[in-house]
Amino acid sequence: MKTSQANVVTRRNRMMDRIATIVLWVIACFLVLLLLVLLGYIFINGLPHVSWSFLTSRPSSSVAGGGIGPEIFNSFYILFLSLLVSLPVGLGTAIWLSEYAKPGKLTDFVRLSVESLASVPSVVFGMFGLLLFVQLAHFSFSILSGSLALSLLNLPVLVRVFEESIQQVPRSYREASLALGANKWQTIWRIVLLSALPSLITGITLVAGRALGETAILVLTAGSSVSRHAPDFSLDVSGGTLSVQLYYMITSAIVPDAKQIAQGSAAVLVLIVLLFNLLIGIPAKILQKRLTGGQ
Amino acid sequence: METAVVPKVKIQSLDLYYGQNQALYSIDMDVKPNSITALIGPSGCGKSTLLRACNRMNDLIPGVRIKGSVNVDGINIYDADTDVVSLRKKVGMVFQRPNPFPMSIYDNIAYGPRIHGIKGKRVLDELVEKSLTQAVLWKEVKDRLHKTAMGLSGGQQQRLCIARLLAVEPDVLLMDEPTSALDPISTLKVEELTDELKSRYTIMIVTHNMQQAARISEQTAFFLNGILVEYGKTDELFTTPKDSRTEDYITGRFG
Repeated sequence: MKTSQANVVTRRNRMMDRIATIVLWVIACFLVLLLLVLLGYIFINGLPHVSWSFLTSRPSSSVAGGGIGPEIFNSFYILFLSLLVSLPVGLGTAIWLSEYAKPGKLTDFVRLSVESLASVPSVVFGMFGLLLFVQLAHFSFSILSGSLALSLLNLPVLVRVFEESIQQVPRSYREASLALGANKWQTIWRIVLLSALPSLITGITLVAGRALGETAILVLTAGSSVSRHAPDFSLDVSGGTLSVQLYYMITSAIVPDAKQIAQGSAAVLVLIVLLFNLLIGIPAKILQKRLTGGQ
Repeated sequence: METAVVPKVKIQSLDLYYGQNQALYSIDMDVKPNSITALIGPSGCGKSTLLRACNRMNDLIPGVRIKGSVNVDGINIYDADTDVVSLRKKVGMVFQRPNPFPMSIYDNIAYGPRIHGIKGKRVLDELVEKSLTQAVLWKEVKDRLHKTAMGLSGGQQQRLCIARLLAVEPDVLLMDEPTSALDPISTLKVEELTDELKSRYTIMIVTHNMQQAARISEQTAFFLNGILVEYGKTDELFTTPKDSRTEDYITGRFG
């Protein structure tokens, strides 16, 4: 009697286990399929329109055949400038939070603020940037306004990923360094940051990938038109980026090939983000391996 | 101690508190130079705490308070004007788990000298070789100095940590159960190493392993519940303990 009951339980457990395995596989396959369909749709529709002249020439406002050259440049230029501001500030805040701040009300408040800011929609940051940089500071719709607003958007996310990376560094490294007579700053600079470097880089990649596709905030601060000559490094010109261009092509462009340009831009944007992740992700992996010997 | 040697480390009526809990009760202890002093006792008896009090590693733990004094070469390290950095350069520490930095073997050893301002490649090369030779690791790693230290075995990593410490040329080595994470053969190598080092350094070693204490140390201190119960020559303490609690512990009746 007892053994047969135990058998039933065993059989039921085994069946549950099998069902769970199947369900999880199905979910995972569905996700991969979704991704393939999405990428396939973007590339099949977009890539045929991508050519060398499309990638390098200037956009046209009325006739067909415009390109996206200046937009590609602006995407990277604004990203670079925004990281120039947000990386040092973000890293500094993360170091302060994880190494210097004493547990207490102030630290909790700073951490809470950072976390709240990280979940504010980008269009709100865009409106803030419009008021502060474009209007109040008279930077107008420019690369400068866009970069500053974008760095505000990136900052809280950077602080969070940086703080996490720094806290992952084992306490024993810090102890070893201090026990050798290093001071706190030497320990942070030479041991903690070095050990955290691979995950710091991963964090930057995530933020940069997101920033490359950021649209709403830039529509409101960097504008949508582009300078007459490219590449234009001046900060005070309007700097339409690839994603902003995509948005305008879909919503309000009057050129006859707007749809093709939009599809081509989408494909290029996705490719750029993928390449960007690979280009930074692979060296980070190699670095990780060099530091830890693949453990 | 009956001998008239000037103690390298002199601990005087040291009380230590973690917040409200007292961990050490009025410890008095003279540590002889150029010899090995073992600190033994059951877990939580305060032996590691005392060790960490000798180079102020306890400062890193919030809520630690200290009364009394610890003198190294006649100077109280808890004086307000003590420079903790130079103290730790002089009184170095090896930890329970090997903790090499995630960088090359060479950079691990050169880390200490570099932060203390040594830059020349020739000088560093010599220091690295000297320290690794002292730690009896040179032969094993001389062909892979620029590979990561994380690829070494546990025993090699611990000797690397000792070499890293020797490179800053300390006087006192504090070892906090340095072999507890190692296999018997690596343990033997570390023990042989400490035996070689004692002629030049003052070594204080915390150990859970009484055979180890008996094998390698000249003096042994037995702690129980934050009190220094008995302190004397190792062979005397293990053969004719004066205190019944010591006898109970070393004969394995508790702990």
